[in-house]
Amino acid sequence: METLWFILVAFMLTMYVILDGFDLGAGIIHLLVGRTENERRLTLNAIGPVWDGNEVWILAAGGTLYFAFPQVYASSFSGFYLPLIIILWLLMLRGLGIEFRHQVHNPLWKRFWDSAFSFASILLAVFFGAALGNIVRGVPLNSDGYFFEPLWTTFTVVPESGILDWFTVVLGLVAFFTLTAHGANYIAMKTDGEVQTRSRSIAGKAWWGVLVTSVVGLIATSSIKPEIWTTFTEHPWGYIFPVLGVLGLAGMIIFNVRRQDTRAFLSSTTFIAGMLASTAFGLYPNLLPSSIDPSNSLTIYNTAAQAYGLNVGLVWWIVGMVLAAGYFIYVYRAFRGKVVLPAEDAGY
Amino acid sequence: MEDALLINRLQFAFTIMYHYLFPQLTMGLGLLIVILKGLSLWKKDERYNVSARFWAKIFAINFAVGVVTGIPMEFQFGTNWAKFSTFAGGVIGQTLAMEGVFAFFLESTFLGLFLFGEKKLGQAGHFAAAFLVFLGSWVSGYFIIATNAWMQHPVAYAIASDGSVHVNDYWGLLFNPWIGWQYTHNMIGAVITAAFVMAAVGAYYLLANRDAEYGKIFIRTGVVAGAIASLLVAFPTGDGQVQNVYKHQPVTFAGMEGLFETKEGAELMLIGQPDMEKLRMDNPLYVPKLLSFLTHYRWTAEVKGLQAFPRDEWPTNVPLLYYSYHIMVGLGTIFIAIMLVSVFLLWKRKLYATRWVLWILMLAFPFPYIANTAGWMTAELGRQPWLVYGLMRTADGISPTVSAGNSLFTLLGFLGMYFVIGVLFLLLVIKKINQGPESGAATH
Ligand code: HDD
Ligand code: HEM
Ligand code: HEM
Repeated sequence: METLWFILVAFMLTMYVILDGFDLGAGIIHLLVGRTENERRLTLNAIGPVWDGNEVWILAAGGTLYFAFPQVYASSFSGFYLPLIIILWLLMLRGLGIEFRHQVHNPLWKRFWDSAFSFASILLAVFFGAALGNIVRGVPLNSDGYFFEPLWTTFTVVPESGILDWFTVVLGLVAFFTLTAHGANYIAMKTDGEVQTRSRSIAGKAWWGVLVTSVVGLIATSSIKPEIWTTFTEHPWGYIFPVLGVLGLAGMIIFNVRRQDTRAFLSSTTFIAGMLASTAFGLYPNLLPSSIDPSNSLTIYNTAAQAYGLNVGLVWWIVGMVLAAGYFIYVYRAFRGKVVLPAEDAGY
Repeated sequence: MEDALLINRLQFAFTIMYHYLFPQLTMGLGLLIVILKGLSLWKKDERYNVSARFWAKIFAINFAVGVVTGIPMEFQFGTNWAKFSTFAGGVIGQTLAMEGVFAFFLESTFLGLFLFGEKKLGQAGHFAAAFLVFLGSWVSGYFIIATNAWMQHPVAYAIASDGSVHVNDYWGLLFNPWIGWQYTHNMIGAVITAAFVMAAVGAYYLLANRDAEYGKIFIRTGVVAGAIASLLVAFPTGDGQVQNVYKHQPVTFAGMEGLFETKEGAELMLIGQPDMEKLRMDNPLYVPKLLSFLTHYRWTAEVKGLQAFPRDEWPTNVPLLYYSYHIMVGLGTIFIAIMLVSVFLLWKRKLYATRWVLWILMLAFPFPYIANTAGWMTAELGRQPWLVYGLMRTADGISPTVSAGNSLFTLLGFLGMYFVIGVLFLLLVIKKINQGPESGAATH
């Protein structure tokens, strides 16, 4: 049962990264692909009706982590206090950027919110990557199961490191390039003309960034955390996840060159899913490894809630997910196809 | 540690009170928009449709701010109240996760359809989208209230060997006896806010001699909904809340009413200032024996005062608790008066021409916000010194590793950010109101 909830939480987080990931990617490239007002409205209208629903995945994932592994929720959220609150501020800024921009027709107003939207999206991508880096590297958990990390200390990987050290920054960059490419693929898929051409070109360039940073990240992970491979050697079927990741990575560039945007988007989706699943697989059964003493690590066994809650939780979780999947399919179908710009006063 | 506790409490209180300014309008307006949309379908009158569209624009701005201020709430249980989360996550994590899965997905996906899909969906489909948004927001309210109700009155849990609590009866948790009145009372409070806001905009249009047709629709809808809701908030739901508090949190009750001594035939305090040194009310103005009657329906029944309880179980801030409660009830009484007068004039067909009442309606809209906030302060201050009533004290709930300096930094950040958001929100809403119901394209 603990294992199942581990998978479900990982699944929800992956859904979040895939879905809100393209919103963030759209934000990152927003100022580059849209030069005129109408071009910018294209990007915004491509994500406008869906971004809030996408963002709910992180809320639902947080809630699920909360009841399935309360101690992990408490320990990681308080330990990552500052970066999390900063992430919250950035999420707020991003949301306001999307929703407030179109309310006033004044060039300065729009310019301001465009920049805010882009700025927040860029930092969010880096922070999410760095957060993942912290979980892989481990945090200084004490024997009570708590820790606290400052934003940075010396940027080296030591037990008392901060959130940002060179390793987590590398993973931050992986996330940044990946989401840039992912978002660019999405925008290319949803638009025509200039915006589409520019998005494709950005997706192509970002791909090289993904490649380089991923290779560096992979080598760094293997040297800092060789244990991550033990689950794989014990259960070789798990190699399917890295393989999926590699296939996705290859697909991203192949379809980009061939200008098949939908397939390129599906490839970046596969890449993200493969990478995150590999990480989760490598971490299992740890949820939050301790960098001081492995026996302090929070695992699915020493933090899971009690069986009754987990069992009944599964029932409502499945019902809820079926409903949510229904809404998502319905909404994405209703807004399928290329974005058409509505009148100036309507839409984004 | 004292500092950290105070700052964490201030941050939580500030962010939640600010957040709740927006959902109360979302939930109330959600209902009123469904009503307007329904009237347009039923009466085949396009003016109701235009009205619904106009309010949808304001709804959208309000919703956006509700969403962005809601996200920090979900995270603060972990960031600032880690010990509490470790202790109670096995219970309240459930209801919070259900809120995300059952309510937020529903609201956020159908809001997009409601705002952008009128042409695609057709009128009946658009009505359905409006209804689903309304439903989502009310379901969301239910799960949040279920969470809070459990903190006020913990039920359906078992204590594990490590001391943490876990749910052991789902229906018990979702149908906590505390929820019934708390949910209905709170939701009706939200309808009051929306009704006053709608009537205020209508009154403004009439007084400013513009958009009179719509002004009248807004006033009519607002005043009728407001009158019904103002009555319901006092009775039976407010009365139900009083009974619950009296039964399950008697010491809170004594603090709310400003009753220091246990008495037979206790008086109902109307005005007066709690004096915590001399332990009595200064300048009291009261109705003799009424409190005994309201709690027991008997004039001479005994009501326990604060002094019947050990001092360390008293609510930590009795004066503020007492004032919050009296502000809520006092305003509630005034709302009933305003709305009954307005409905009476409406019925006599004089309301649209009675300028002094229109002035009152136009200026009264901030007060429901104050009443709702005061109500929550009553509930939350009354719960002190407990974080989970009878099980965990607030002082034991905060994150052990987050220093006071770090929380002060984030508290200041929230203050600054929310101030700016508030100013922008007001600007945008005022702009929409000034543009009037007939401006703009049909789809947004
Ligand atoms: C427009 C808003 C509004 C108005 C006019 C009233 N209330 Fe209220 N009240 C609320 C809005 C509210 C609220 C914000 O919705 C609260 C906070 C927590 C809750 O469940 O509802 C609340 C809480 C609350 C509590 C505290 C429950 C607790 O400690 O947990 C009591 C006893 C009452 N109410 C009773 C009343 C009475 C007797 C009223 C008579 C007129 C009244 N309220 C008017
Ligand atoms: C599910 C709903 C809610 C939950 C779970 C909740 C939980 C909490 C928690 C954990 C605290 C901090 C500890 C404490 O000081 O007691 C708190 C305090 C507080 N909350 Fe709530 N709250 C909820 C709803 C609200 C709402 C809607 C409001 C107001 C609009 C509110 C107002 C306050 C206030 C004023 C305090 C400070 C009390 C004090 O400092 O003494 N709460 N609440
Ligand atoms: C500590 C308590 C609370 C938490 C953790 C919380 C959390 C949230 C979150 C995360 C959102 C954004 C959802 C989205 O992205 O779509 C939100 C919005 C919302 N919340 Fe809260 N909230 C709290 C208190 C309350 C209370 C007391 C109510 C009402 C009873 C309420 C009602 C709503 C509603 C109706 C929305 C929809 C958006 C809006 O109204 O603006 N919330 N809340």
